Amino acid sequence: MRLDDWLDHAKTDADRRGLPELKTLLERLARATAVLRHADWLDDAAGTAPHAVNEPKSAPRKP
Amino acid sequence: MTSASSPSIAQLAIELGTGQITATALLDQCLCTIARRDHELNAFITVMEEAARADAHRADTELAAGRSRSLLHGIPISVKDLIDLRGLPTTAASRVRAGHLAASDAPVLARLREAGAIFIGKCNLHEFAFGTTGEDSAFGPTRNPYMPDRIAGGSSSGSAVSVAARMALASVGSDTGGSIRIPAAACGVVGLKPTFGELNCSGMVPLARTLDHVGPLASTVEDVALVYAVMTGDMHPPECRSRTRELKGNAQPHLGIPRRYFFDVLDTQILKAFELMLERLRAAGCVVEDVDIPHAADTAPIYIHTVLAEAAALHAPTLETQAADYGADVRLRLEMGRYVLAEDYARAQAGRQVLRREVDAALSGRQALLLPTLPMPPPTLGTKVVTVGDVTDSVRALTLRLTQLFDLTGHPALSVPCGMTDVGLPVAAQFVGAHGHTHDLLQLAASYEAVIRA
Repeated sequence: MRLDDWLDHAKTDADRRGLPELKTLLERLARATAVLRHADWLDDAAGTAPHAVNEPKSAPRKP
Repeated sequence: MTSASSPSIAQLAIELGTGQITATALLDQCLCTIARRDHELNAFITVMEEAARADAHRADTELAAGRSRSLLHGIPISVKDLIDLRGLPTTAASRVRAGHLAASDAPVLARLREAGAIFIGKCNLHEFAFGTTGEDSAFGPTRNPYMPDRIAGGSSSGSAVSVAARMALASVGSDTGGSIRIPAAACGVVGLKPTFGELNCSGMVPLARTLDHVGPLASTVEDVALVYAVMTGDMHPPECRSRTRELKGNAQPHLGIPRRYFFDVLDTQILKAFELMLERLRAAGCVVEDVDIPHAADTAPIYIHTVLAEAAALHAPTLETQAADYGADVRLRLEMGRYVLAEDYARAQAGRQVLRREVDAALSGRQALLLPTLPMPPPTLGTKVVTVGDVTDSVRALTLRLTQLFDLTGHPALSVPCGMTDVGLPVAAQFVGAHGHTHDLLQLAASYEAVIRA
């Protein structure tokens, strides 16, 4: 799942569950996840650079 | 307060064996200290006075008959209340565990009992071991014996305080991100996280099963080595200090200092005490050289995605049924873990393998890595955020910064006091050894303990 989609879903779910104070922690977790997903030691199925999972929503999709 | 000059367990074992002191008298000393100081420090959740007195009497009878079970026979030891002692609740410092009663001793504690150790009580901790300050407990915060307005460090807060204040001569704690080494450093005692998997963690309330370690805290490296040996099942280990005179081919031990990342955020007084210790080690014949762990800066994200996901998996049922029984902060962090995606957990596990290889490489040709345990002195209770140099971060993130890597990689790590700040708070250095070589690490640290502490 893309990180910004994940964060939107997670914050909405936290509100639904009556845990609005969780949203700040989820934003912090999202920052840590972004660092993790950009690690230069990650590989992918194509054998290319690992950063595809973090493409912004607006970026054109690969064919 | 305990110090390196306080009688060691090995010294007391001789006195117990020759009848110069009795187990009952030793226990009385500890119970008196608890009665005098624990209303302020709050190190204990349960003091087992009656059972401990019966065990001490039995130990005295056996010792008088010439039967010494081990060097721990008659020695009062405390236990983090996360680990099962038969017939007692294991509270994990949480209301969630109300009504629990342990049916048997955890295996590591069974070995200590068999060795004749006297269990004096169950120690306070950060709730479910999920915190580094020792403040969040259903039984109230633990306080630092050096300055009671400061945190004791956590999560094994009561364990460290009980040893530092001489309420027990050793303690058993657990370490998932630094929970033995952090409070040991904050309270001026020695704490060991052995190699991952070396000691059986069953009978211990888990936090994150691929990160959890159980290990000892005591006043000196020698005492820690002794308790560790018994926990491994070695009831009659040769005395650690004497063996350190014969370090295998280590006339000049090589020590690696991983400066990048680990020294980027350090309080000036911590740095000063650490550099002074390095000078003393060099003067004592150690070869000190800088090393690099290239992806050390990725440690925190890898750790967070591992510990949060694993802890959430364990707590999911009770978060649904007993949410109100958790402390607010611990509950929220556990809830956060329920949102970690499987793909990110998998990335974190791949990162652990990278870090493991890099720590192995940094240790290649060296006896140990050496770095501070905590980047700053223990802050005052209630502090949420600390500024160290140019960096402002949460107390949790900063306290974990130098310790969590070695829970991820499983390397043995030992925290040893190495100095004091200007206001009299302890500073500690962390020795990290090769996988599976916990005993060698203890020997190295024991042989230089006087130099480290000077």
